Amino acid sequence: MSHLQVENLSIAFGGVHAIEDLSFDIQAATIHSIIGPNGAGKTTLFNLITGLYRPSAGRIRFEEEDVTGKPPHLLAARGMSRTFQNLQIFFRMTALENVMVGRHLQEPKNPVAHVLRLPSLRRSETACRERARELLDFVGLSAYAADSAGSMPYGALKRLEIARALAAEPKMLLLDEPAAGCNPAETREIDDLIQKIAERGVTVVLVEHDMHLVMNISNHILVLDYGRKLAEGTAAEVRANPEVIAAYLGAQGQEEFDRARG
Amino acid sequence: MSEFLQFAFSGITVGAVYAMVALGFTIIYNASDVVNFAQGEFVMLGGMSTVFLAAFGLPLPLAALLAILIAALTGVALNKLVIEPARDASVVTLIIITIGASIFLRGIAQVIFDKQFHRLPSFSGDDPIAVLGASLTPQSLWVLGGAAVIVVLLYVFFNRTLFGKSILATSHNRLAAQLVGVNVRFVLMISFALSAAIGAVAGILVTPITLTSYDVGTMLALKGFAAAMLGGMGNPIGAVVGGLLVGLAEALGAGYLSSEYKDAVAFVIILAVLFFLPRGLFGKTGTERV
Amino acid sequence: MLARLKGPRRGGLLVLALVIALLPLVLPNRFYFDVAILIGINAIAVVGLNLLIGYAGQISLGHAGFYGIGAYAVAVLPAELGIPSWLAFLIGVAFVALLAFVVGRPILRLKGHYLAVATLGMGILIFMVVTNESQWTGGPDGMPVARLTLFGFRVSGVQTWYWITGAALLLGVWFALNLIDSPSGRALRALHDSEVAAQVAGIDVASYKLFAFVVSAIYACVAGSISAFYTGFVTPDGAGFLHSIEMVSMVVLGGMASTFGGIVGAALLTALPQFLTVFQEYEHALLGLVIMLCMIFLRRGILPSLAAVLLRGAGQGGRA
Repeated sequence: MSHLQVENLSIAFGGVHAIEDLSFDIQAATIHSIIGPNGAGKTTLFNLITGLYRPSAGRIRFEEEDVTGKPPHLLAARGMSRTFQNLQIFFRMTALENVMVGRHLQEPKNPVAHVLRLPSLRRSETACRERARELLDFVGLSAYAADSAGSMPYGALKRLEIARALAAEPKMLLLDEPAAGCNPAETREIDDLIQKIAERGVTVVLVEHDMHLVMNISNHILVLDYGRKLAEGTAAEVRANPEVIAAYLGAQGQEEFDRARG
Repeated sequence: MSEFLQFAFSGITVGAVYAMVALGFTIIYNASDVVNFAQGEFVMLGGMSTVFLAAFGLPLPLAALLAILIAALTGVALNKLVIEPARDASVVTLIIITIGASIFLRGIAQVIFDKQFHRLPSFSGDDPIAVLGASLTPQSLWVLGGAAVIVVLLYVFFNRTLFGKSILATSHNRLAAQLVGVNVRFVLMISFALSAAIGAVAGILVTPITLTSYDVGTMLALKGFAAAMLGGMGNPIGAVVGGLLVGLAEALGAGYLSSEYKDAVAFVIILAVLFFLPRGLFGKTGTERV
Repeated sequence: MLARLKGPRRGGLLVLALVIALLPLVLPNRFYFDVAILIGINAIAVVGLNLLIGYAGQISLGHAGFYGIGAYAVAVLPAELGIPSWLAFLIGVAFVALLAFVVGRPILRLKGHYLAVATLGMGILIFMVVTNESQWTGGPDGMPVARLTLFGFRVSGVQTWYWITGAALLLGVWFALNLIDSPSGRALRALHDSEVAAQVAGIDVASYKLFAFVVSAIYACVAGSISAFYTGFVTPDGAGFLHSIEMVSMVVLGGMASTFGGIVGAALLTALPQFLTVFQEYEHALLGLVIMLCMIFLRRGILPSLAAVLLRGAGQGGRA
C-alpha cells in the first residue's frame, strides 16, 4: 500500500525553486531514504510533507487522503512524526518531559481536569510517564530521564528526538539526518534503532548523509538534485545509476561509494 | 478643506516628532537589537535641559546645543552602564531594563528639574502663516525642517561615510563586521549618542508647541515605538513614514472623531496593521526557515 | 526540610500556606496588613502572568487592562445596574475571558517586539475607555466600590480581606502548579522552546498560546476585582501602562517560569515603593535603579538565582 504520495510538488523561496515538480511514492512499512547533495531540497521536502511549509503547487496524499496544506499538528494527529536536522529540543524540560510532550495527542485534553488535577488525569499522567520511560529505555537514554535536556550531550539529544517522535505512536516517522555529527559507534546505534523501529511496522523516511547507513538499511532510495528527482530505486539500482554517480557523487564520491559497498 | 488642512498640519508636525523618536528606536535597534524604551526620556532631557539652561541666562542656541550634548552623554552612559552589562539577556529582560532606565531618568529629572510644565519661546515668533485657508505656525516649520535635516544627514551619514557604513554592517552581521575590523563597541556607543541627540533635537524643537515636563517621555516613547513597528522595526524609512502616519491619523481622529480618544487612534491603527501585516508596513516577509 | 517531603509542588504550596497563616502574628499594624494584602493581590496577577510570559514565552505589556476590567466590573455594574457585587465579579471574569479569547487570537500570531507593541496597544485602549467614559467610570478621578455582600454578610475589614486574598492566592498557585505539570502545561513549555517541534508533536500552538493568554487574563481580572473590593475605590491607574510594566517586572524579577519566584517578585516590587516613600522625591529614581540592577545582576530572577546558589554542591537542580 502506498503510505504517502507526492505529486508534482513545488515550492520556491524568493524566486528560487527549492523543490520543483517532484513526484514519488512511499510504500507502507518500508525504510525510504532521500539523499542528495547539500541544498538539494531534502529538509525542505520534509518541511513540506509535515506541513511546516505550504507548497506553491502539487499535492500530498497521506494514506490515500489529500493533506496538502494541512497544518503540522493535524498531520501529527493522522500519524506523522518527525525529527529535525538542527535539534529542536525542549531545552528547559527534562528528558522525560520531552518524551511526554511527544505523547500529547494521546493525552486527555480537558483543561479543567488539568487545572484541578482530577484523579482521571493523575492516572493518565502515571501511564504517560511510564510509556515515556519505556521509550527512553528503547533509545538507550534511561540514565538521563530526570536530567534537564539542556545538559545532555549532542548524541543523546539526537536519540531523545527519536524517542519523542516515537511517543506519538506514529505510522510514519521522518528522520532528518539522525546520525549527523555522531561518531561511528553512535551512528551504528542509530542504525540499529531505525531498523528496530521499522520492524515495528512504522514507515521510516530518512534523510541522511552517511552513505553506509543509507545503503545498508534502505528499501528504497530517492535521489534529489536542485529540488528535482534525479533517480529512484533500490540501493543497488541507485548505486548503478550513472547520472547519480556523475551529478551527485563525482569522483570523490565514487571512492566513498566503493568503500560503502565493500 | 481648510479644516482638513489644519488637522493635517498639526498631524505632520506631531508626526515629525514621532518620526524622530522612531528613528532613535531604529538606530539603536539596528546596532544592538535592543528596543530602548528610555527613548522618550531623551526627548524630555532635550526640552527640559534647554529650558533650565536658558533660565540660567544662557542664550537659547547655546542652551540647546548643551542640552543635545547632555542627552547624548546620557545615551552613552545608558549603553555603557546598563545595556552593555546585560548584553546576552533575553528580550523581555532587556525591555524591563530599559523601562527601568526610563523610570530612573524620569525620577532623576523630577529631582534635578521639577514637576512643572515648561515652555520655550517660539524660535521665529508666533505669527501664523496662512496656507490655503489654514494656518501654520513658524515653529511647526522648525519641527518639520529639523526632521527633514536629520533625515538627510542620517542618509548621508549611513550611505556616504565609512563610519556610517560600518554601523550598517554591524547591524547586518555583528560577527562579520567585527572580523573586518569594525570596532563594534564604538559603533554601539555612537548609535546611542546619535539616537539620544536626535531625540533631544525633537524635544527642543517641539517644546514651544507642546510644552514639556519630566514625564512627557512615556507617551512619546510608546507612540514612537508604535510608529517604528508600524513602519517595520529596523527600517529607517519605515520609521519616518510610520511616525508621520501615526501623527496624521491622531490629528484627523482627534479632529473628526473624538479628541478624548486621540491617543487611542494611533494604537487602533497599529493593531489593525499588525493584524494584516504581522511585520509592519515595510517589514520583510518570508517563510521562516527551520 | 518540608519541601523534600512531597516534592516541590506540594512542598512549596505548604510553605506558602504556612507563611500566609503565620504572617498575621508578626505584622505589627494595619499598614503592614495593607502591604501584605497588596502583595497578595499583585501575586495573584503575577502567578497568572507567569504562565503566559515565563512558561509559554509570550510577552504581554497590556495585562493591567484585564486587571482594570476586573476592578471596574465590581465598581460599575453594582452602581449603575444594581447587579449584586458577587455576580458583577463573575460577569467581569466571563467578560475578560471572552475579550482575551477574541483579541488574543490575532495578537498572538505576532512574535517578540511586535507582540509587545500589540499587547501594549490593547492595554492602552482599555485604559483609555476606562478614563474617558466618565459617565460610567468617574473618569480619571475614579469611583467608589460598593462593599461585597455574601449571604447577607458584609465582607469588610482588613483582617477579613487578608484571609480572602491569602486563600485566593493559595488557590491560584495550586491551579497554576497543577496546570504547569499537566499535558497543557507541558505543551506551553514546549512551544516556548521550539514551536515547530511542538507542532509536529501534535500541539495546536495557536490554541495553547490563546489558552495561556485567557487564563493569565482571568488571574489579572480576579486580582483587579479583589483590589477594588478591598480598597473600596477604583482609579484608571490600575489599568495603566505602568501597572502592566510593574506586573511584568515582578515576573521577571522573581524568576520567569518560577511560580513561587513570581510571588517573591510581587512581594519585593510591591513593598519596595511603600518603603521607598521615606526617600520622598528620590522614590522613582531609586525604583528605576533597583529594577535595572536586579535585571542586570540577577538575570534569572531572584528565586532561581538564590536556588542556584543554595543548590550548588548539592548536585541537583530543581524547579522552584
